[in-house]
Formats: sequence, C-alpha cells, structure tokens
Amino acid sequence: MLPFELDGVLLARIQFAFTISFHIIFPALSIGLASWLAVVEWRWLKTGNPVYEQVYRQWIKIFAVSFGLGVVSGVVMAYQFGTNWSFFSEHVANVIGPLLGYEVLTAFFLEASFLGIMLFGWGRVSKRMHFASTVIVAVGTLISAFWILAANSWMQTPAGFEVGADGLLYPTDWLAIIFNPSFPYRLIHMILAAYLTTAFVVGGVGALYLLRKKYKEHAKIMLGMATIMAAIAAPAQMVVGDMHGLNTLEHQPLKVAAMEGIWENEQGAALRLFAVPDQENQANHYEIAIPKLASYVLTHHWDGEVKGIKNWPEEEHPPVAITFYSFRIMVGLGLLMILTGLIGAVLYFRKQLFENRLFHRWVLLMSPSGFVALLAGWFVTEVGRQPYLVYGMMRTSDGVSPVIPEQVAISLLAFIIVYSLLFGAGLFYIIKLVHKGPAVNKKPQRLHKPGRESAVTSTLTKGDA
Amino acid sequence: MMFDFGTWLDLPLIWGVLVAVAVFMYVWLDGFDLGVGILFPFAGDHKERARMMNAIAPFWDANETWLVLGGGGLFVAFPKAYAILLPALYLPVILMLLGLICRGVAFEFRFKSDTAKSRAFWDATFHFGSLFAALMQGIILGNFVQGVEVANGEYGGGPLDWANGFALLTGIAVIFGYALLGATWIVMKSDGKLQSWARQAARYILLFVVVFMGVVSLSMPFIDTRIAELWFSLPNFFLLLPVPLLTLGVCIWLWKDLNRDIEIRPFILAMVLFLLGYIGLGISLWPWIVPFEYTLWDAAAASTSLSLLLVGALLMLPIILAYTAYCYWIFRGKSSEESMY
Repeated sequence: MLPFELDGVLLARIQFAFTISFHIIFPALSIGLASWLAVVEWRWLKTGNPVYEQVYRQWIKIFAVSFGLGVVSGVVMAYQFGTNWSFFSEHVANVIGPLLGYEVLTAFFLEASFLGIMLFGWGRVSKRMHFASTVIVAVGTLISAFWILAANSWMQTPAGFEVGADGLLYPTDWLAIIFNPSFPYRLIHMILAAYLTTAFVVGGVGALYLLRKKYKEHAKIMLGMATIMAAIAAPAQMVVGDMHGLNTLEHQPLKVAAMEGIWENEQGAALRLFAVPDQENQANHYEIAIPKLASYVLTHHWDGEVKGIKNWPEEEHPPVAITFYSFRIMVGLGLLMILTGLIGAVLYFRKQLFENRLFHRWVLLMSPSGFVALLAGWFVTEVGRQPYLVYGMMRTSDGVSPVIPEQVAISLLAFIIVYSLLFGAGLFYIIKLVHKGPAVNKKPQRLHKPGRESAVTSTLTKGDA
Repeated sequence: MMFDFGTWLDLPLIWGVLVAVAVFMYVWLDGFDLGVGILFPFAGDHKERARMMNAIAPFWDANETWLVLGGGGLFVAFPKAYAILLPALYLPVILMLLGLICRGVAFEFRFKSDTAKSRAFWDATFHFGSLFAALMQGIILGNFVQGVEVANGEYGGGPLDWANGFALLTGIAVIFGYALLGATWIVMKSDGKLQSWARQAARYILLFVVVFMGVVSLSMPFIDTRIAELWFSLPNFFLLLPVPLLTLGVCIWLWKDLNRDIEIRPFILAMVLFLLGYIGLGISLWPWIVPFEYTLWDAAAASTSLSLLLVGALLMLPIILAYTAYCYWIFRGKSSEESMY
C-alpha cells in the first residue's frame, strides 16, 4: 500500500503518548482548580465579600472548559487500551482492571454529576449545597488521581500478583497491588504538581491584571493565593521529588542512571548539568558537570556508588536523551518555581507583592511553567520505563493489538488534527475569558427559578395559550 | 488482602448483567442527549436551539460516564472479549470517540463564543459529532451482533470487515432511535412552539424507528441458525411472543401520546421501546459475549478480580443512581433559552 514500511508499535506508542499528554494537561488543571475554587467559595460564604464570588464565577468557566476537554480526551483512554494495546489489556486486566473500575465507580460519576450543579445549579440549590457540590467535585478529582496513579504506579513497580499457567497475571494481594512501592510517592508528587500548575496559571492571570491595573481586588486574591501555594508547595515538591527519586533508584536504578546520564559505574558521580547523550556510542558529549553531586543527591554520600547504564544489557536501555533532557527541564522549572515562591513570600512580608511590577512580569512569564514541568516529568517516568510496558514483566513491543499499522496511522492523524483544533480553540476561549475578566458590578443573577416554580409558570403560559 | 466469591456466586453471569446494564444506561441516557444533537439543526431558530442545548447541558457529562463504565466494565470483567472486539472494531471505535469529543467540547465552546459565525461552527460540530457518534455506535452494535472473526484467541479479520450492509442498517437504526429519545426529551423539557415542533418530529421519527426495528428484527434470525431456532422453535415462540407484541403496543401508545397533549409519558415510552429492543437483542445473543465464539464464562476475568469489583459495584451503584436521580430532580422543569452560567 505504501512505499515504505510503517512501524505499528512505534505508531501505537506515538498515538498513546500524544493522546495521554494532551489529556493529562486538563485533569492536572482541573484537580488544582477544583480545590482552589472550593477554597474561594468557602471564603465567599465565610466573608460575604462579593469579590470572591466574582472570582469564582470567572474561573468556573475556565474550569468548565478544562474539565470538558479532560472528560472527552479521557474517554479515549478507556478504549485505547483495547484498540491499541489488547495483548497488554488481556494479560493485566485481572490486576489493574479493578483499579480502573473503582476509578469510574468512586470518582467519575461523582465529578460528572455534581459538576452539573456546580456549573448550572445557581438559584436551584442553596448556597450551602452549591458549596458542597464544589467540594464533592474537588474530592472526586483527587479520588480519580488516587486510582489512576495506583494503576500507573503498578506498571512501574508491579507487585502482588503471580503469572498463571495461561500466561495471564493473577492477583495475590490487593493491598500490595494498590499500594505498590512507587505509588505513595507518585501520587503526592502528581497532586502537588497539579496544585503548582494551577497556582502558576491563577497567579499569572492575577499578575496580568495588576500589570494592566484592572480588577485589582480580584487580582490580589489570585496572586496572593497563588503565592502562598507556590511558597509552600514548590519546596515541598522538591522534598517529595527527592524521595520519589530515591524510590526509583531502589526499584528502577537503570531509569535513574538514564535520568542522570551516567553510563559507567561511578563512585562520587558528577551531576551533569548539561550533556548530549549518545545512545549509539553509549557516552555523553559536551558535558558540563558538578563533581560528586549526583552521588550526594542519590546516595546522600559524596563518594556513594551510582550504577551506570552500561551495567544493563543494551536491549534493556531506555531512550537516554529524552529521559535525560526531560528530567532537566522538570527540575529546572521546579527550581524556578521555588525561587518564585520565595521571592513572592519576601515581597508579601515587605508589602510589595501587589506593587512590584517586575515580579508580576516574572509570574506572568512563569504561568505555563507548570504544564511544561508536568509533561516533562511524565516523559521522564514513562520514557524511562521503556522498553517495558509493565516494568520487568512485559515489553512494550509485546503489548500491542493485532491491528495493521495503516489503521493506526489513520487514527493517529485524525487525533492530531482534531486535538490540535480543539486545543487551539480551548486555549483561545480560555484566554478570551481571562481578558474579559470577572463580571464586576453585576448583581448575582438568578437566571433560573427552581423547577417547581417554573413548572407553575409553564402551566400558566399554556393556560394562556 | 484477598477474597473470592467465585465458589458460591456465578460471577461471570452477574458481571454480564452488570455490564449489560451499564451499556444500556449509556444508550438510554446519552441516547437522548445525542438525539438532541441529531435534531439540533432542524429546530426553528437560534433561541430554540439554545433551549435544546440547555435542556441537556447539565446532564451530558454524567451520561457519557456510563460509556466509560461500559467499556471499563468489559475490560475488567471480560478482558478476552475486550481484547478481541476493540481491535476488530478499531476504526468505528476511534471514529465514535472523535465524534463524542467534537460534540462534547462544542457544548463548552458554544456557550463561550460570541460571534454568530463561531457559534454556527460549534453548532455544526455539535450536530455532526452527535450524528457520527450515533452512526458508529450502531455500526459497532451491528458487528457485535454478527460476531467477528477470531483466530488463535485474537481478532483474525481484516481492517474493514466492520463496513457491511447489516452494520449500516443498525447504524441508521440507532440514529433514528436516539433521535426519538431526543425528540421526546425535548417534548418533556419545553413548551410552546418548540414543544409542538418536537412532537411533530417525534411522530415522524417514530415511523422510521418502527420500520428499522422491524427490518433489524426480521434479519436477526438470518445471522445465525441458533438465533432462528431460539425464536421460532416451540414452545419458545409462544414464550417470547410477548416481546414483539409489547413492542408493537408501546409504539401505538407512543403514537397516540404524541398526538395528544401529554408531556412526560412519550419520553418514558421511548425508553421502554429501547428497553424492549435491548431485551430482544439480549435474548438473541445469550449467552455470548463475543457472539458465537466466546460465552460469558469463556471470556471472564479471574474470579478474585470480579469479586473485588463486585464489592465496589454493589456499594457504589445505588449511591451513583441516587445522586444521578438527585441531579435530574434539581434540573427538573422546562429549560430556558437564557445563558446558563
């Protein structure tokens, strides 16, 4: 059919990477926004200050776009396991299937149902019930993260199962499956990442308004809360990230070697700030390194031994360059976030946070940093897991479906076209909502009468007609 | 922690019923909002379209979640079937998902666009996405019913086996079926001009639904001799006769209601019509999960896995149904044309 051979496994991997990278952006923002909106609504109910309400009503629209894009791109994931990774699905379904099932039962319905009340329930439910809906949605996003990260972590550090005579995996201990070795670290790391991502988006919008000298009261809430979050969560993320890294060193030392770009076993290994890893020759070019620091970070001893990539046979090596670069992007942005949080805190105590325009410009510049760091982090952990789909158990190339590569090429192309269009439109509308700003000086509208009243009205109109 | 109810419960059977119920809940609930999408461009004017949109906006998200439960349930409970059917139906499934994506985001973007041109674009996306998703779901159904080619425990057919006449027939049948649910939903959720338009649309669509249900039902026995035997051997014939007779009765009742000033019952009758059709299909295909290759018991997951999820399903499903009902109750009454935010 085609003048060249298509690589079905590679296409399926690209499609999965593309669709899940697109997807994860939105749940990450939704997790953060839902929790933040709950706080904002709580402040509003507590203080009665209408500025909180206006902030809530502006951001709930952005939340709706983000949530909607997350839902529709998420449905794709539930089916893509089967369409593209049927061998994998069939073999691991006994073990991780129930985890995904619990995600749907305990989180998806909860979020989707109460989102309706959160978005459209004004005037139909009491303020208290509306607040409860916001909290329920926020909790739902966290429950969802719990289950999906349990399943993902199990693929990284599989535990609690045995391989049956038929080659299928069978569970032996549910708690070992759910609370597998990397799960607690990954869960906290991801939730903090979602909160930080959101904080920088919200803070960026606040900074923009302050720069434009508009919506000052609203901007203070946004930038103020974002600064608090950044000042606390960014340093916490470094600690959690370090623990997560040590956990990876214990269970996936090869991944850590790739993250650090260390080919040979080294005592007192240097921390490569920059290098160009060369997979073919198994070496780095253009290294800029700080002596002994990698050993210190990983083993907490200046002369600790770090195993190099070459310790493992070549067919076990992940793509080193992607893992290595992604890790640097993530950590670099993380350090900038910590710096931003610290400067913000100092400015706050000097009563300069809402006045320092240079800082506002900086925060605005940092507003997409969370997304980039988040995606980079996922690339580290998922690309670093290669060539395995279930670490040490099932190779990625073995997991695919018996579909011909041409089909995957067509679907990949369709996903790229549709997602690009939607992503563009989503971004456009979010930016538009930001520019439009919160609706000030508008009395809270009561667009909808509770059902019973409107049912009465409709009978009346019918009677009239 | 480990437990297994498999020794005293027929778990594959229970899960077969649960997955069937999840898929049916999806067809029922997303059916009406997809149906509204199918009818959308035919409504009178912009105001009426806004009203139609508002009549489904608070619900579609949760409705679509049943599809995730259906697909997820198949993955968890019948991994063998999941691993065979999804590669077999690769393109229709992907196209259905793309259709659902387009219509889903159109909700959000439509509410946010303020030029007539961009709104017209999202309106079109909403309509064609809904139409396409419904068509693909019907095609998936048609292929599921006919069974797919299996070799060495995996899908053994070609990439375009799904494109066949019977599947096209079921595809169009599902479009009309959803349109009927959508039209009767609008009858319930509107009044005045929009309601009488929806009534008329529902009458018109009902005729097509009757024709397509008839044609699909009559062609079922030709798919496999086992189906023919099941329906036409004695005494089965008389035992199963109530299903087609009830279906016919419901059609007539619905037709009468659509000609009278009754608002809620048409939607309920349309749902009953779907239920009867679904029961008919279920009887025909029992006990296959990959028709004529794997039964529920052949394709089921480990009983320990089914046990764990059964606990969750039995605990959570009543709660889910309760708050779903609560949300429908909150948004009861007629929908308005005003912006909902």
